[in-house]
Amino acid sequence: MRNKAYAVLAALACLLFASSAFADQPVEWQTGLQAAATGIMEEIRWFERYTLWFIVPITLLVLLLLIIVVVKFRESANPVPSRTSHNTLIEVIWTVGPVIILLFLAIPSFQLLTAQLTPPPNPDLTVKATGNQWYWSYEYEVGENPLSFDSLLLKDEDRASLGKEDKAAYPRLLAVDNEVVVPAGKTVRLLVTAADVIHAFAMPAFGVKIDAVPGRLNETWFKADREGLYYGQCSELCGKDHAYMPIAVRVVSQDKYDAWLAAAATNLGEANRALTASIDGAAKTVDVAANAAQ
Amino acid sequence: MAGTAVHHDQRHDHSDHAHGDHAHKPLTFFQRWFLSTNHKDIGTLYLIFAIIAGIIGGTLSVFMRAELQEPGIQIFHGLAQMVYGFEGDAAIDGGKHMFNVFTTAHALIMIFFMVMPALIGGFANWMVPIMIGAPDMAFPRMNNISFWLIVPAFLLVLLSMFVEGPAGAYGAGGGWTIYPPFSTSGMPGPAMDLAILGLHIAGASSILGAINFITTILNMRAPGMTLHKMPLFAWSVLITAFLLLLSLPVLAGGITMLLTDRNFGTAFFAPEGGGDPILFQHLFWFFGHPEVYILILPGFGIVSHIISTFARKPIFGYLGMAYAMVAIGAVGFIVWAHHMYTVGMSLQTQRYFVFATMVIAVPTGVKIFSWIATMWGGSIRFTTPMVWAIGFIFLFTVGGVTGVQLANAGLDRALHDTYYVVAHFHYVLSLGAVFAIFAAWYYWFPKMSGYMYSEFIGKLHFWVMFVGVNLIFFPQHFLGLAGMPRRYVDYPDAFAGWNMVSSYGSYIAAVGVLIFLFGVAEAFARKRVAGDNPWGAGANTLEWQLSSPPPFHQWEQLPRIK
Repeated sequence: MRNKAYAVLAALACLLFASSAFADQPVEWQTGLQAAATGIMEEIRWFERYTLWFIVPITLLVLLLLIIVVVKFRESANPVPSRTSHNTLIEVIWTVGPVIILLFLAIPSFQLLTAQLTPPPNPDLTVKATGNQWYWSYEYEVGENPLSFDSLLLKDEDRASLGKEDKAAYPRLLAVDNEVVVPAGKTVRLLVTAADVIHAFAMPAFGVKIDAVPGRLNETWFKADREGLYYGQCSELCGKDHAYMPIAVRVVSQDKYDAWLAAAATNLGEANRALTASIDGAAKTVDVAANAAQ
Repeated sequence: MAGTAVHHDQRHDHSDHAHGDHAHKPLTFFQRWFLSTNHKDIGTLYLIFAIIAGIIGGTLSVFMRAELQEPGIQIFHGLAQMVYGFEGDAAIDGGKHMFNVFTTAHALIMIFFMVMPALIGGFANWMVPIMIGAPDMAFPRMNNISFWLIVPAFLLVLLSMFVEGPAGAYGAGGGWTIYPPFSTSGMPGPAMDLAILGLHIAGASSILGAINFITTILNMRAPGMTLHKMPLFAWSVLITAFLLLLSLPVLAGGITMLLTDRNFGTAFFAPEGGGDPILFQHLFWFFGHPEVYILILPGFGIVSHIISTFARKPIFGYLGMAYAMVAIGAVGFIVWAHHMYTVGMSLQTQRYFVFATMVIAVPTGVKIFSWIATMWGGSIRFTTPMVWAIGFIFLFTVGGVTGVQLANAGLDRALHDTYYVVAHFHYVLSLGAVFAIFAAWYYWFPKMSGYMYSEFIGKLHFWVMFVGVNLIFFPQHFLGLAGMPRRYVDYPDAFAGWNMVSSYGSYIAAVGVLIFLFGVAEAFARKRVAGDNPWGAGANTLEWQLSSPPPFHQWEQLPRIK
């Protein structure tokens, strides 16, 4: 009895700690959408599964009908073909049926679309992302001096100096030198543009994808509820290093964000190192604690 | 469709009096194949051209899959070294760009120089005049020009791979969508100009072909063949020709503006001069979306004939089938911006395009169910073309339902520009249009050549191809859901598993293509005589009333349709 209670506690602890150091990135042999870090992505995941409830049965129905036809109406089983070439009722059914199915799809689809394109009023923070060949630069509209920095693919030789030697948390082709840091649970307005050719800002766990077009300022938003380190990649063909300009967003508590922002105003590198160390260090002690509890 | 019986049985052999009737001297090889005005000879040229282009375009894709078999760069730096002579680190950079050149060339070649020439230039040229009881196309010389424009167009696109694109690299690597500014300021070298000129010429060729088909079908049908008695393949080609005629000029306009932006200082798509890169995307997709129906509609027509022939039943719901294609063609013109949900369109605009796109599912569903209903109650023989056609119906359904998902802008937000889209359009094109092409090939090969193919090789080809293409493209759904963007030369290690499966699939499909080529060679080597109508009572369109191969000039006395 007591052991069971401990086990439940430990499991709860794991969940809590996991959410405090949550890294969203694709995993080996993944077959579905990435886990959601925002309400919008939650809705996208729901809608994707919802559509499967229609399209999988439809595909199986077509397969089943084909199998029936192949078995039942093969020449040896049915030597004399019928001459039927019309049946108004069935033609009406297979015209109207899909219309009704589409209505069932359209209603939640329009709700999702509306939710995506209706940002909450008064965002807590505005970040501007600019796509360049082949890196992203970010600007924070905060205080007197806007913070701005470039974010490039993490080079292997820089892993040690940046404290990013853990390849599970900082994977090849996804990790960057300077992440975007945002507070959890706050609405972030994201302005996206490009300096040279078209790029696209994509963050799968947030359900965000928007093109970075030169001469245009696109706007989108997200409200990430779960702390963690999230990865996305450029999603519009932009040249030879299109695959080498990832996007990384670190969602932290308001306190950590405030501390980072204050430190970043003077020394971004040091602020990032301190933030990385505090999060990764904490995650390690958490792991140890969770093991001990079990 | 009903009762396409012929009054005058007029089969004559190629060699006896077909030429004599017109007191022609026998044509020299050069006259027959280079100056040809005969729709069947031009159709044959188109088919040979499509096979060659398909082998080249397919080879490019196998190189890409080989590169993507494992994370990291394995072969493209070596290729860049071999082809362009890059050394060291420059070879890595050259290889990365070369991968983009391969994706671009693969798409352009497969669309403009394989599927379109095979279905429209090849099978439609061969069969539409025969099926509607016409002696030839309306403008035989224009038909010849159409073919001889597509050859230099193809050479220009191939040549573009070997001249400078971006500074210090070779080839046009902007994808087949050639979005500016990457295709203008991003690629200053002449490679893009050559590719654009290639597209222009291919477009001119297709427009001429479209005019020819429209004129032929509207004016040269045999007495008694009303539009509502016309075979569905002719219907599909008529609709396709209208789509070509209306959409290609828009592409031509768009890429001309691209050319002047690149070379003459205009700023249609350059924001620094008051232009808008998104304008190009609207122009491109106004062409590009009808284009995908151009690729598949003739396949719809072909599959209808094959299903009806081998089920020995008339097409179920013939008029519904014809007007479903008309509806798909018409609605196909007003859905283009569903390719652009992430460019930053307003809520209202996105709502409209979601709605319009979903409408297309209705006539497409009518077609799928009508094919099944055609087989229902039939007496089905599983010849090679029939097996390909049944495979087409199922795989096209799979590609179709993922299309319904992608139509939803809200969900497309997650899937746009990922491998999910790659999987979707290859299911409808690589497994749809290409399966229709192979079905048509086996269906009409005895008619066109006079020889019977080997059923064993044909079915082996089908099964190897079926396994191969499904292994390639089904796992790509998973990659797309997990978030792998398309047009990537290298990917995070987590995507390695499904990429490996996908690559193995492409090797299997490549073996399938070799089996196909072997089957063609075998058929010509063995010379099994096919006879006028190898398919029996179900084959009731006019081509089966002629000899195999048909006389050089058919229907010297027009058939009368009851």
